[in-house]
Amino acid sequence: MSDQVSSPGPAAAGKKEAEQGRTGAGLGRAFRDSIVEGHTVTILILVFFTAFVIGGLLNAFTNTAVLHAWGNFFSAPGHAIAAAWDTAVGAYVELFEGSIFNPHTVAALFQQASIATAIHDGYLSAVFAPLSETCVQATPLILAGLAVALPYQAGLFNIGAQSQLIGGMIVATYLGYGVSLPLVVHAVVCVIGGFVGGAALGGLVGELKARTGAHEVITTIMLNYIMLYFLTYLLSFGYLMQAPHATNPVSPAIVGNAHLPHLFGPSLRINVGFLIALACAAGMWWLLNRTTTGFEFRSIGKNPSAARVAGMNVERSWVLVMLIAGGLAGLSGAAVIQGTDFTLNFQSYGTYGLDAITVALLGFGRPLGVVLAGLLFGALRAGAPLMQAATGTPVSMVDVLEAVIVLLIAAPALIRAIYRLRATRGGGVGEVMSKGWNA
Amino acid sequence: MELELKGITKRFGSLVANDRIDLSVAPGQVHALLGENGAGKTTLMNVLYGLLQPDEGEILLDNKAVRFGSPKDAIAAGIGMVHQHFMLVPVFTVTENVTLGIEETRRLGLLDRRRARRDVRDLSRRYGLDVDPDALVEDLPVGIQQRVEIVKALVREASVLILDEPTAVLTPAETEDLFRIIKQLKDAGTSIVFISHKLKEVQAIADTITVLRRGAVVGERPPSATEDELASLMVGRNVQLRVTKEAAKPGDVVLDVSDLTVADQVGRVLVNGLSFQVRAGEILGMAGVQGNGQTELCEALMGLQPTAAGRVTLDGVDLTRATPAQRLRAGLAYVPEDRQEDGLIGSFSVADNMVLDQYNRPPFASGINLNLGAIAANAAERVQEFDVRTTSAQAPVSTLSGGNQQKVILARELAHEHKVLVASQPTRGLDVGSIEFVHRRIVEQRDKGVAVLIVSAELDEIYALADRIAVMYEGRITGFRPPTVPAEELGLLMAGGTDEAPGTPGSPGPEPSPSAPTAIPGAGQ
Repeated sequence: MSDQVSSPGPAAAGKKEAEQGRTGAGLGRAFRDSIVEGHTVTILILVFFTAFVIGGLLNAFTNTAVLHAWGNFFSAPGHAIAAAWDTAVGAYVELFEGSIFNPHTVAALFQQASIATAIHDGYLSAVFAPLSETCVQATPLILAGLAVALPYQAGLFNIGAQSQLIGGMIVATYLGYGVSLPLVVHAVVCVIGGFVGGAALGGLVGELKARTGAHEVITTIMLNYIMLYFLTYLLSFGYLMQAPHATNPVSPAIVGNAHLPHLFGPSLRINVGFLIALACAAGMWWLLNRTTTGFEFRSIGKNPSAARVAGMNVERSWVLVMLIAGGLAGLSGAAVIQGTDFTLNFQSYGTYGLDAITVALLGFGRPLGVVLAGLLFGALRAGAPLMQAATGTPVSMVDVLEAVIVLLIAAPALIRAIYRLRATRGGGVGEVMSKGWNA
Repeated sequence: MELELKGITKRFGSLVANDRIDLSVAPGQVHALLGENGAGKTTLMNVLYGLLQPDEGEILLDNKAVRFGSPKDAIAAGIGMVHQHFMLVPVFTVTENVTLGIEETRRLGLLDRRRARRDVRDLSRRYGLDVDPDALVEDLPVGIQQRVEIVKALVREASVLILDEPTAVLTPAETEDLFRIIKQLKDAGTSIVFISHKLKEVQAIADTITVLRRGAVVGERPPSATEDELASLMVGRNVQLRVTKEAAKPGDVVLDVSDLTVADQVGRVLVNGLSFQVRAGEILGMAGVQGNGQTELCEALMGLQPTAAGRVTLDGVDLTRATPAQRLRAGLAYVPEDRQEDGLIGSFSVADNMVLDQYNRPPFASGINLNLGAIAANAAERVQEFDVRTTSAQAPVSTLSGGNQQKVILARELAHEHKVLVASQPTRGLDVGSIEFVHRRIVEQRDKGVAVLIVSAELDEIYALADRIAVMYEGRITGFRPPTVPAEELGLLMAGGTDEAPGTPGSPGPEPSPSAPTAIPGAGQ
């Protein structure tokens, strides 16, 4: 065995595994790799558990009724604890009912005389309304999250999803009310316009980096402000994009032909935008793992100098990846305008641009991860209004949950310390985030 | 202090990295640990330094068993380690680096810089280290940085100093200096554990040589043992330290470089009007102390550095302004100097690295679609052909040893059609077995009619491979010589001695007259 020449063992074994590995590397394996790696699952479960415990405690101990009960702790100790528990759990129950599934709607459905009337009177759609709302909320988060995740794979940190999203919104909105086109064509043109609007801004960042070496973090942050004020400007003068006779900064509504069609009838808000988001995630997976362009992106992301030596055009890839990323963020903007908002105002961009970074990091910069992270955040947002209405827990509770989840994901050592887990050998959770800006 | 390791065993999963290793280091002795990459040298030293805990066995200091839970314990017990990759803060001064973690403070917690500086200067003087306490580490050459690491250990009163592959990053002259310092330390009673895979160095400096192979001690030899004996012990079979090769049969000029000039961004001329030719079926060895423009020459040949002036042609095709991709297509194969930085993508699989510069060409791609089947098939074939030791072709290339990583690069570069092979420091950091393998492949290329340019700072390598030797100094070629030239003469050229009588310095071989004259009258000093 000590003879180097006459031991084909490792080499032969390597060959075998190579064949096996590649053929087996189907969608299933990619699925598994995207999220389930090593001890990642355990950590993730513990992260969510911890976040919900912290959120629950925070909720219980900021609720005035609960605090009052604690004031009477010595006279009625059981009451204080019960009140705290009820408040914490009650909020989560409402959060769940608002985002996933509400048993009351099912009960109502079965009380109907027939399926036909149930459908007609909207009882059936009421059952699916929470899920629909989750998907609606997740759509822009997924698209914008991909806009951060894709450049991340190529070693770039796109902080500019917000500016690119605004770019997409502006173009999609303008095309939505400014031109007149037939039914399907109009929506398609607006979506493409959204992509182009975002891509223009992303491409600009890529060009600046490729030609002058300007760091994308700086340029994207600056562009965020430029686009924000540009949008306000557009909406502030009647002759630009402001709606006629409007006194507040708001654009005209896009025409019906430009709306993204609903998937399951008008009573559920879920629309084609969600399918676009899923398609984009699948497209990104394909691009990264199955194409030469993706190979270049990943090479450049991991080791730009080796990529350059291997003859890859690093600068061109920077431009291309930012172009695509900008387009994805632009699609996110178009999905908001064409799917739910229909008009553009100076706050339409919301916090999607920054949430996108969180979603991308939570999704480990991978397409499937981004979809799941987007759905999670979408669910939290979809459930928040019901939670507030039913239990008086402020909507910002959801922000706290998101923040704690991200914090714990970024610091798996913390989770390991809390639960006395043994460190895994490298990699896994936290690798993405702890690599930092210039990784 | 007497150091003894008894039956040290360290396992990583099913891999036994150290298998019941016994080692004893007498005070004031230089004990060399010789072994190929992956033989378990570094693991053993990490056990000794407290970075790893042994599964079995014990460490004895002056016959007392000790346990090191962390490097802190080891340092307290008088063990110092200079890692292969230095642990210094570049923007700190030497003194600051040396005192990092053991800062002396005065009242109010103020740093006692003066005393620290004095300590550094005293140590530096005592051992002839020549380290300026106030210099910034980032401004220092690698050889001096290494001495800062030694000072760091000495300040912590190390009586056993572990040097992990200390010469891997040094020039021959710096190595000489290091050996002088080691001798002085030894005379002062410090024990040295010298880890290396370089036979000559071990023979030159060690009092005792322990050879490791596959995690176990396979023998202990005095430094008088022959190179062949040590090499066979280390590799486990007979190795040829120098590949046998036939005389070259040079053909037409393939690579023609004339007046090549490369400047850096601030206008410093790094390659100064270089001219040379490489013919089909010959190996031109570019010798020279590192940092004399060899790196920039290779990068310019590959299109990674802009050419300020001059011309590069390959088979008559002008490549002066070509991109790296165009050069690859024109038939240039390139083995970069820095494997990990420029040659491989560590987290990518072996298979992906084997197509790193071919991924967008058939059969590996059709259109923009990657052909994963072809990539895997290629990897399987190459892994076998080049005997790459890896658990799987899908394993990240960073998990491979240096020798196997270099095989991956060679496998890739030699697989695509090429007329010229440019290899920069092709065996740096490799063990004897891998060096033999790489050298044999390079000679094989020459015999196939490829024009080969080898750039190496190792004279042994130049002698082993070159059919013709050129020497670079400060961006110029100071002379061309046949491979029969004595080392002293090359040494003079490497130190900048110019060629008084240009032309053919009595070449006995069938090689053509080199184009030496153009190299000397450059475009002004």
